[in-house]
Order: sequence, then C-alpha cells, then structure tokens
Amino acid sequence: MATLPLYAQFINLFAAFLLLLAFAMLAQRRVLSLINLFAMQGFALAVSTAIVAYGTHQSHLYWSAGLTLVLKVLLLPWLLHRLIRQLDVKWDVEGLINIPTTMLVGIVLVVFSFNLALPIAQLSHTVTRATLGIAMASVMLSFLMMITRRKAIPQVVGFLAMENGLFFAATSATYGMPMVVELGIALDVLVGMIILGVFFFQIREQFDSLDLKHLETLKENE
Amino acid sequence: MIEILFVLGLPVAGGLVLAVIGHRDEAPAVNVAVSLLTLIAAAALTVRVIADGPLLVLDKQFFVDPFNVFLVALTAFVGFTTSIFSRPYMRIEHEHGRLTVGRLRLYHSMYQIFNFTMLLALLTNNMGILWVAMEAATLATVLLVSLYRTAASLEAAWKYFILCGVGLAQALFGTILLYFAAERLLGAEGGALLWTELNNVKGSLEPTVLSLAFVFLLVGYGTKVGLVPLHNWLPDAHAEGPTPVSAVLSGLLLNVALYAVVRCKVLVEGSLHTAFAKDLMMGFGLLSVVVAAFLLSRQKDIKRMFAYSSIEHMGIITFAFGMGGPVASFAGLLHMTVHSLTKSAIFFAVGHATQKAGTQMMDNIRGLITLSPMIGWGLMLGTLAILGMPPFGVFTSEFLILTTAMRDQPWATPFLLLALGVAFAAVFSRVQPMVFGETTAKRLPLRPAMAPVFVHLALVLMLGLWIPPFLADWYRQAARLIG
Amino acid sequence: MTPTEFASQLLQLGLALALAPLLVGWINQCRAWLQNKSAPSLLLPYRTIRKLFMKDAVVALQASPIFRVAPYVVFGAMCCAAAIIPSLATDLPFGRAADTIALVGLFALARVFIALAAMDIGTAFGSLGARREMFVGFLAEPALLMVLFTASLISGSTSLPTIVDVFAHRELAIYPSLAFAGVAFAMVSLAENARIPVDNPATHLELTMIHEAMILEYSARHLALIEWASSLKLFNYSCLGIALFFPVGIGVAGAGWTALVAAAPVLVAKLAVGGFALALVETLSAKMRIFRAPEFLGTAFLLAVLAMLVNLLLGS
Repeated sequence: MATLPLYAQFINLFAAFLLLLAFAMLAQRRVLSLINLFAMQGFALAVSTAIVAYGTHQSHLYWSAGLTLVLKVLLLPWLLHRLIRQLDVKWDVEGLINIPTTMLVGIVLVVFSFNLALPIAQLSHTVTRATLGIAMASVMLSFLMMITRRKAIPQVVGFLAMENGLFFAATSATYGMPMVVELGIALDVLVGMIILGVFFFQIREQFDSLDLKHLETLKENE
Repeated sequence: MIEILFVLGLPVAGGLVLAVIGHRDEAPAVNVAVSLLTLIAAAALTVRVIADGPLLVLDKQFFVDPFNVFLVALTAFVGFTTSIFSRPYMRIEHEHGRLTVGRLRLYHSMYQIFNFTMLLALLTNNMGILWVAMEAATLATVLLVSLYRTAASLEAAWKYFILCGVGLAQALFGTILLYFAAERLLGAEGGALLWTELNNVKGSLEPTVLSLAFVFLLVGYGTKVGLVPLHNWLPDAHAEGPTPVSAVLSGLLLNVALYAVVRCKVLVEGSLHTAFAKDLMMGFGLLSVVVAAFLLSRQKDIKRMFAYSSIEHMGIITFAFGMGGPVASFAGLLHMTVHSLTKSAIFFAVGHATQKAGTQMMDNIRGLITLSPMIGWGLMLGTLAILGMPPFGVFTSEFLILTTAMRDQPWATPFLLLALGVAFAAVFSRVQPMVFGETTAKRLPLRPAMAPVFVHLALVLMLGLWIPPFLADWYRQAARLIG
Repeated sequence: MTPTEFASQLLQLGLALALAPLLVGWINQCRAWLQNKSAPSLLLPYRTIRKLFMKDAVVALQASPIFRVAPYVVFGAMCCAAAIIPSLATDLPFGRAADTIALVGLFALARVFIALAAMDIGTAFGSLGARREMFVGFLAEPALLMVLFTASLISGSTSLPTIVDVFAHRELAIYPSLAFAGVAFAMVSLAENARIPVDNPATHLELTMIHEAMILEYSARHLALIEWASSLKLFNYSCLGIALFFPVGIGVAGAGWTALVAAAPVLVAKLAVGGFALALVETLSAKMRIFRAPEFLGTAFLLAVLAMLVNLLLGS
C-alpha cells in the first residue's frame, strides 16, 4: 500500500462518510431526520472540499466549500425545516418497496458505479480520484431514493442529495468546475428549491396532503 | 457583439419590467414589443453572422456559427408570433376566470425569462452555462405549466420538475466528465468547458471518458427532448399548461435541448471515431418515433395528442442527426425548422379551438369549420402539414430523411414508414370530425389571433416548395459543422 | 513448534478460560453501577459455575444423546476459538492451522448444536429460542464474514495471526473501511452474544428470550459448561475485536517471552474498557422487538459490505 498524504486520507474518510450518509438517508423513515442527514451530508461535502482546497492549493475550492456550507448545510435545511413546520408535516417517509430490499438494490448500485468509475479514475491525476466512484454511487443512491419514495419532501431531498453527489464528483475528478458554472448551479438549486417551496403549498391546498399518490391521475388513455 | 447583448438583454429587461407591470392591460403589448425587438436583434445577428462568418466574443464565452444562429432566429421568430397569439388567448382565459391578474403577471414575466434562457443556451460557448441555462429554462417552464394551479396542472408541473431535474442532473454529470476529459489537455483555466476549445482538441480527448459522458449527456438532455423512454413529462406538461406555453415547449424548448445533444455528439464523434454516438442517437430516435406513433392513437385530449406528435418528430430529427452526413443533417435542420413552425401553428389553432369548445377532449370538439372557418382551416392545414402531406415543408424533410435512411440504414426504413403511417391514420381520423363534424356549440364572440397560424403555415408551405438559396446555403454550412 | 509458541498457546488458552467469567462479572458490575443498583460480586460467575458443577444433573426422559453431547461440543468449540484468536501473541501453532473462515465455522458449529439440543426435548420454549437463534445467526454470520474479509483484504491473508501482524506493523493511517467494519463488528457481537438491544441476558420473559430460551432444560454440569461457554464466546468476540481494531500491545511474531508477559496486562486493561463500553451500550439502549432484529443486523451487513467495497475502491 502506497501511503497517501494525510489530507488525502481525510478526504477518503469523508468520502466514505458521505456514502454512509447516502445509505442512511435511503434507510431513514422520519422526514426530520432525513433533512438532518442531508445537512450532515452537505457538511461532509463542504469539509472534504475544504480539505481538497487545502491539500492541493486550489483557492477557488474554498469558495466552493463556503458556498456548499452556506447553501446546503444552513440555507436549504433551514428552508426545509421551515416548510415542514408551516405545512405541519408529521408523517413518516413511506417507501414503495421495503427498506431492506432498497438497501440490497443500493449495494448493487454501489458495485455498479464503482465498476463504472474505475476506468475513469485510472485516467485521473488528482489524489482524490479514488473517490469518484463514491461520488457516482451517492448520485445513484439519491436517484434510487427519489424513485422509491412517494412523498414530495423526500423526493426533493433526494434531488438535492443528488446535487451533492455531483458536486463531490466534480471536486474529486477535476478539483471542481469553473467558478461561473458552480455559481450558476448553486443559483439554480436555490431558485428551484424556492419554487418547490411555493409548490408544496399549492399541492397541499389542492390535495390536502403531500402524498404523491394523488399526483398519479395523469396517465395514458384516461 | 452588440447584437448578442441585445438578443440576451432584451428578454431579461422585458422579464424584469413585466414582473412589475405584467398585470396591467398594456402588458401583452409590451410582451409583443419586447419579443419583436428581440427578433430584430436576432435578425441583425443573423445578418452579421451570414456576412462575416462565425463569431466568438466576450472572452470566448459566446459563440455563434451557422448552426446556432439559425436556431436563434427561429427561436426569436416563434417567440414573437407566440406572443402575438397569447395576447387574445390569455385575455380570454382571464375573462373565463381561469387566471387572476397576479398569474398574468407571472406568465408575462416568465415568458420573457424563458425566452432568455433558450437564447442563452443557444448562444453560450460554455457547456457549463449551457447546462445552467437548460436548468433555468426548466424552472421557468415549471412555473408556466402550473399557471392554472389546478390539480392536474400541479401534477404535470411536479412530474416535469422531477423528471427533468433528474435528467438534467445526469447531464451535469456528463458535463463534469467532459470537463474532466478536457481539463487534462486544456488546463483548468476555464477553457476546458468552452465548446470551441473542446472542438479544437476533440481528436485527442480520452475516448473512454467521452463515451461515458455522452451516455449521460444524451440521457440528460434527451429527457428534455422528450425521447422515449424519458418522455413521460412531455404530454402532461403540454396538456395542462396554457396553450402558448405548449407552443413554445414544442416549438423551442425541444429544439434547444436537441441542439445541446448535437453539440455534444460533434465532440464525441471527433474523439471516438466509432459509430457509438450515432447508433445511440438513431436507436433513441427510432424508438421515440415508433412508440409515440402508437401512443398517438390512444389519446383523447387534443393537446396530449399533438404532444405525442412532437415526441414523434423529435425522434425523427434525432434519428436524422444520428445518421449524419450532409443530406441527413440538412434534412434534420430543415425538419427542426418546419416542425417548430407547424407545431406552434397547430397549437395556436388548438388553443382557440379549445377555448371555443370549452374542453380539450376531442370527442367534445365538433364542427370547428362552422364555428369559425379560420380556426377550422388553420387546424386542418396544420394537421396535414405536420403529417407530412406534400407540398408542405415537412414532406420535403421527411422525404429526404427517408431516402437517406433507405440508402444508409435500410433496416430502419420499415419502422419509420410504419410509424408515419400509424401516426397519419391516428391523427387524421381524430382531426377530421373535429373540423368538419356537426356541432351543437354556439358561436362565441371572440376574435382569434389567426395571423400567426397562417404566417407559420405559409412559411412551411414555402419551405416545401422552394427553399431560399441563402437558407439552403446556411443549412448546408450548419450540416457540415454537425457532420 | 518452538517452546515459546507452545507456551504462548497454552498461556492464552488458560487465560481465556480463567478470565472469561470474570469479564461477565465485570460487565454486570459496570452495568449495575451505571444503573444505580447495588452490584453483585465480581466473582459471582465463578461461584455460579462451581455451584452448578457440584449439583446432580437432571435430564428429560425423551432427551437423545445430542442433548447430552451439546454442552461439551459447544464448550469445545469455544475453547478452539479461543486458541485461534491471537489475544496475547501471534505466535500460535493453532492459529496457523485454522483461518478466519474456520473461526466463523466454529461459532456456527456451536450454534447448530445448541439449537439442536434446544429442539431435542420438544418444549415450546426450546423450539422458539432455536428458531430465533438461527434467525439472528443467518443474518449475523454473513456480516461477520464480511468484516473478516475486509480485514483479510487489507492484510492480504485470511490467517488471523498474519492479519494481526500486518495491522500491528502498519503505518498509522486512516482506514475508513476499518471504521465501518468496526461498527459492523460491534453490532454483530451484540447480536451474537445475546446482549441488548437484540436479546437481554438478564431476562426470562418468554416473549423476548433468545439464548435463555434454548438452555432452559439444562441443569448442573451441563448448564455450567454452557454458561462458561457463553462467557468464553463473549471473551472471544472481545479479543477478536481487540485483535482486529486495536492490535497495539499484542506480542507480534518472534517477540519472545517478555512481550508475551507484557501483553497480558494490556489485554486485561483493554477488556476492562471494552466491558465498560458494552455495559454503557446496554444501559443506554432499549431492547428492540425481535422483528426489528433483521433490520439491525441488515445494517451491520450493509456496513460490512460497504467497508469491503470502500476498501476495494480506495485501497484503504
């Protein structure tokens, strides 16, 4: 085993933590804990980005880490918490398939994405290249979460977690995208979140619930 | 360069102004005026590019070549005519009590913002900004689709947001991979996402990464194009949003998404030197054509039906670009133009027809020709045009695509012909009684804006009979770029 | 086999047999202390075993030989396991003969025999306990194997002494995979040793028992052996955890007599800390419903698999 520099070891640790959190979110039944887990994932992402910035002297990554911290650890969870309070949401998260099965599918997805990432990681010259697989896996797991949840807020959290995975992919494979693009992405996420917030109220007004099974009337040949 | 600033700046300014005054009576007129000015700026830009060749300005962040300038002109044009159409349409909707003034303000503002995001996506040279613009377009249209705030429109908007959000996340991953491949050659100083730079070094981009990136990009932007099996959002969004929104979705958004796919395809082909990208695009395209054609016959809602028709045509265009070569790419570009013009014209006519009949269910719409000959003939001619009847332009482009397919990809021709036949039977049998049948509805006092319908159809007819040499020249140049 | 090796093997086995009941006593003491109860004597497990050995055995009329043999098999399996796991030194002749997979096999052998014996008499409780035990086992075993495989992947060997040698010699580095594997191992240990939150060693409430339900029919020397074996099992698991995740202080290959002698107090200290941690966990958590056990163990399995995958990907 060639030993990595210490900061790279820390990045690996946080990457593993990120993956673990993705699984924890997949298994989570309560919506409040889900949001807290999302905030923790954002924190892990911000810290690992900052470590990459420190280790590789890429100063623009500090901005990226700060952006993540403000947006994904503070602002978005706060918005979601507020939404839940205002909408008076108390229910648990319901899945379409039971959680152990979801977990097994999740493991398969992780193996798949590790395999997919391996040839790419070998081409990369960054010290963080190995974590690309983890980034890909967390994207896939968030995707799975979106598919298997039938309530609105968990789906949105899944969507945001997917964004986390993508950010991590950008950091680990290439030390981050150009700043303009990152800012644009952050703006889009924020605006999207606000629009969704408005949306939740509309949906609840219409259906008296945020259960997406009410949103299944538009089908073929009705 | 000043033209680009105008093309992008006008809609933004319009969006901001309309966000303040969008509820007043003069708002529709302002909307039309801004769209007209945008069109003029786009025309000036087009003239400039035709005269001086490709333009690369503002620190290489904006790039205009024959391929995208043609789409810019088309986008500005359809944006303009749709704004004319939406003037009476939205007023009637308001009078019918389906919209409050606040919603009208939102509509006008978002309409301009949507136009801006489309134009930005077309003009930017930065693949990252392209993604940002596509995502912003999604957000703007989500608000437009859910404008009525009915249960169905909320559902459609939700589906649209989630599906396209997930799709675009895939596209972002593809963009990251692209950047990853390019950064090794071009360095991290921002140049690695610029399409022109990527195009210069495409031969030495890492093929493994690029093929993976292309899969993600195709799936991502393909969701927005409405390619089967990622098309689920499209019929809902078309059916439940206001009709002008359906018109710009079909006429503009799908084109722009396809533009993004084609830009990526150029890079990937240059790197791979295999038929990988081609095959993927042809496969997705053909699947969309066939599936959409068969789903067409099962529709009861008129806007849903024409939404499926959009999927079908996007499939044809994707297939054409997938085949590649000068003729197929030429035909693809032509089909993009005529489809956008025809489909938006149809939606204009459909919008007024549904307002007259008070329903979108085709079984309840009868005898449009007696209710209003203009709407009836507009819908009939539009339908004939979109189904590929000569002498309309759709026929020309479909004919070119079919003959090329027969030569290059003979296996695909039966599927294409079958799908076109099924689509023809399905659509025509539905539209015919709507136009000519007996009606019990009484005439409503309203003056429809039929000018855009007939202008569009006249243009399509002209393109079917005679393509102006400058336009043909321009298509040829663009087709060469696409390869 | 050098004299040193032989001695360390013998010493280790003796130490395990001698210390195992003490560990149980220590945990009970800590727990009582944490829960503000007056603690039983530290030596109570020894007294219980002695008392049980002095009694006359009562065996049910229908009992088959399996019922009589089971305690000896279980006890023997635990002794073998204690001989394999390097708790004091890695110079173990037995350790070379059997690797980690054999170790899991030994635990499984003990489990099968005790479950068979529980069903042998045909009482309702015995069958119920046996069923639950197998239910827990079928989830815990793969998780344990995955943890051991992760360790094997890192060290490149399935032999326990080699793994410990590698771990004790490696440079100090962060191993996310080992962190995951450690948590998974802790969860499996809780389940395998019938501790809270999976089972409660102190209860005889019929609806919640697992381990206790299986041994209700045993008495006297048989019960003594089983009690001793289960304390050995806990001791084994603790030593395995220490060897895999905190190997510092274990006499590595060729370290000689002094290391062997020095390793013993270190081991006792580590066990004391570990026992206290276990008491703390048992105090802080509530026993969960038996139907939640699959989820608990599923999580352990997931963590173990993740540990292995992360190790494959990151190489650490």
